[in-house]
Amino acid sequence: MKFHVGRICKNVALAACLITGFATSSLASSLDYIHFLIPGGAGGGWDGTARGVGEALTKSGLVKKVSYENMSGGGGGKAIAYLIKTAAKQKNTMMVNSTPIVIRSLQGVFPQSFRDLTLIASVIADYQVLVVRPDSKYKNWEDVLKAFKANPKNVKIAGGSSRGSMDHLVAAQIFQAAGGDPKSVRYVPYDAGGKALAGLLTGEVDVLSTGLGEVLEKHKKGQVRIIGVTSKKPFDGIPSFISMGTNAYFANWRGFFGAPNLSKKRVAALQLVLKKMYSTPAWEVVRARNGWTNLYQPGKKFRVFLENQEKTIGSLMKEMGFL
Amino acid sequence: MMDGIWLGITTALSGYNIFMVAVGAFAGTFIGMLPGLGPISAIALMIPITYGMDPSSAMILIAGVYYGAIFGGSTSSILINAPGVAGTVATSFDGYPMAKQGYAGKALAIAAYSSFSGGTIAAIFLLIAAPVLAKVSLSFQSSDYFALMVLGLTAVAAFAGKGKFLKAAIMTLFGLMLATVGTDADSGVSRYTFGDINLIDGISFLLLAMASFALSEALINIIENRKVTKEEKAALKKEIGSLKLTKAEVKTIAPVIGRSSVLGFFVGVLPGAGATIASFLAYGMERSIANAKEKLKFGKGSLRGLAAPESANNAACSGSFVPLLTLGIPGSGTTAVILGALISYGIQPGPTLYTDHPALFWSVIISMYIGNLILLVLNLPLIPYIAKLLETPRELLLPLVMFFSLIGVYLVTFNTFDIYTMVLFSVVAVFLRIVDYPMAPMILGFILGGMMENNLRRALTISDGSLSFLWERPMTVTILVITIIMLVWPLISQLLFGKIAASEDN
Repeated sequence: MKFHVGRICKNVALAACLITGFATSSLASSLDYIHFLIPGGAGGGWDGTARGVGEALTKSGLVKKVSYENMSGGGGGKAIAYLIKTAAKQKNTMMVNSTPIVIRSLQGVFPQSFRDLTLIASVIADYQVLVVRPDSKYKNWEDVLKAFKANPKNVKIAGGSSRGSMDHLVAAQIFQAAGGDPKSVRYVPYDAGGKALAGLLTGEVDVLSTGLGEVLEKHKKGQVRIIGVTSKKPFDGIPSFISMGTNAYFANWRGFFGAPNLSKKRVAALQLVLKKMYSTPAWEVVRARNGWTNLYQPGKKFRVFLENQEKTIGSLMKEMGFL
Repeated sequence: MMDGIWLGITTALSGYNIFMVAVGAFAGTFIGMLPGLGPISAIALMIPITYGMDPSSAMILIAGVYYGAIFGGSTSSILINAPGVAGTVATSFDGYPMAKQGYAGKALAIAAYSSFSGGTIAAIFLLIAAPVLAKVSLSFQSSDYFALMVLGLTAVAAFAGKGKFLKAAIMTLFGLMLATVGTDADSGVSRYTFGDINLIDGISFLLLAMASFALSEALINIIENRKVTKEEKAALKKEIGSLKLTKAEVKTIAPVIGRSSVLGFFVGVLPGAGATIASFLAYGMERSIANAKEKLKFGKGSLRGLAAPESANNAACSGSFVPLLTLGIPGSGTTAVILGALISYGIQPGPTLYTDHPALFWSVIISMYIGNLILLVLNLPLIPYIAKLLETPRELLLPLVMFFSLIGVYLVTFNTFDIYTMVLFSVVAVFLRIVDYPMAPMILGFILGGMMENNLRRALTISDGSLSFLWERPMTVTILVITIIMLVWPLISQLLFGKIAASEDN
């Protein structure tokens, strides 16, 4: 076998030229422009939120032009580091994020936290639910709790993400609020929410922990039964855990962050367009299409909310041995 | 139900919807042909276009894009050894060797016929039994899936021919090890990430496949730099675009296509399996039932080895519509995106979909017949031209292959770390290939490894740590017994029939 170094170099160089030519893009800058930084790939929840908000903002004429940039890696850490590092150039950028930014910075997945960024606002929320099969031996939350207190091993709870992530932590939080030991919750992780739902329906697990939006329609059609929701008040006839005497509140928010040290004027401008967006028909189309619940909390309110969430989840994770 | 089917037929046969299925199938094939761009990207591109359309037309379009992309995905696997989707990895095992031997046109034609038959047979099953099949989707639990992944791993045997057994086993193990990188779902702990946040999501399939297949293939070609003689070139030109199959060849692949389509469809119906597992299982099954002489051809350009995964992955792709439409459960990333699209049209798939929205439900299924027919008619005449791609001067073709595989991976994550990892993997792959270690078992181990581990550990959690799940469910036991038979059969058959064959020879 002969090695032709010259030819290798030639070919590699040609390929490299093509790539750099392809990847370079120009950055426009104007006050009527928002650039969305999405810490995950196309088709995910973050992607849908950013593009949905972008669509509503442009269609309603609140913002003239928007652009999107997907940057996955490190559970969102890559995009956070990038936003901080290039802060000087990012005055038009809003990064979308959600509850995992709190969980992952507690876990130390990435060294930054929401405190290193400028808080713009939360925009929507989804509540967590516990779900059973329609023909389940568990009629309601009381039955599940009774079985759990008799022997936690017998109550297997499915979720669509790994141990220590949201589906697991919220389930543990609910049992803890009912006086159980969060560590003894038997959590069965699946690769995705859909597969966890399949696991519930095949009968290998009895309870599923998931987002309300994922199962609400299935609940209405009688394919599954939601036995409790983590909102403050009952939702659409579904009892909230609080209304059943279990003091567990949890909202999986999605919201936007700006680069560190973003000017007050700029932050106020961004918050204003988001606030105006809620009353536009364009937003109502996007919201209804995705089944989202509005949760607008700008600046300081957002900070207090995040600090509370961090405290609740942090102490739960400590108790469960994740920290 | 007959009313529903009739409504579906009239909806699907409206001029507009036939146009939609043609547009979808064509766009899907085209996007699927580009290495690195699979059905997810193709569908994500189409969704914004479908807003405002009638949901039936939108779904017909999206379904067309889906199976079109699977159809087209085989092209890059066969021509440049760049499987852009996990479902077409097995296609490259025998498809690429065929193309290398100068039968690119024939390989593409077989892929087209197999895809068409797989898709059509699956559509027949869907039409007859979709609502009933929902039960099949929910018949598999974690322990059964674990057994199925073990069965899938036996396909490695195809690369363990003549003294290569140890090498194939080592590479499988290497693949299984690579699959453990990233966050461990069962404990939430990061494994083998060396503190680098870029590795916590694990190594992506696309990256590994592009690096170990396409990129390393291009590099090896440059290193070897074998001048093609004029005679070879002339011979290549004559054969490369030829689609002709002899009668004997048709006879060989017809039963293969039938078997693999049925297998592929049922594996596709399972939300925890899908097109990739289906193609590996079909490939493995075909090899196990082949006689000793045919067995040797697998991995070197066997027609059966190409027809089996190609029919299975298309059948599985149609099969995945069963859990999607009748349960609202997506079994893969692609079907999850389709589910998202359906919900955004205001349609909630589930057990009542075919009574709530009969036009949509049945017209999508009916459109699959039309779509597969369109794909065949569109693609067959194009094959000679597509196959001519291989006549591109290598000075141009190789950099383009490198460019597209790097870009394909980068466009998914926009993370430069992936490019560095890819280059590193391709260099490692080049060295391994120079010392004659096969890449296919590694990618097989990698794809199956993650799913195998997750299902095993899930089964263990559910059984409270007891191994009893291995023999408690009839389904698990059946699949494990088949696995053992497949592993031991060559030995037994040699003992039983080997001597007879030998004496006949004498």
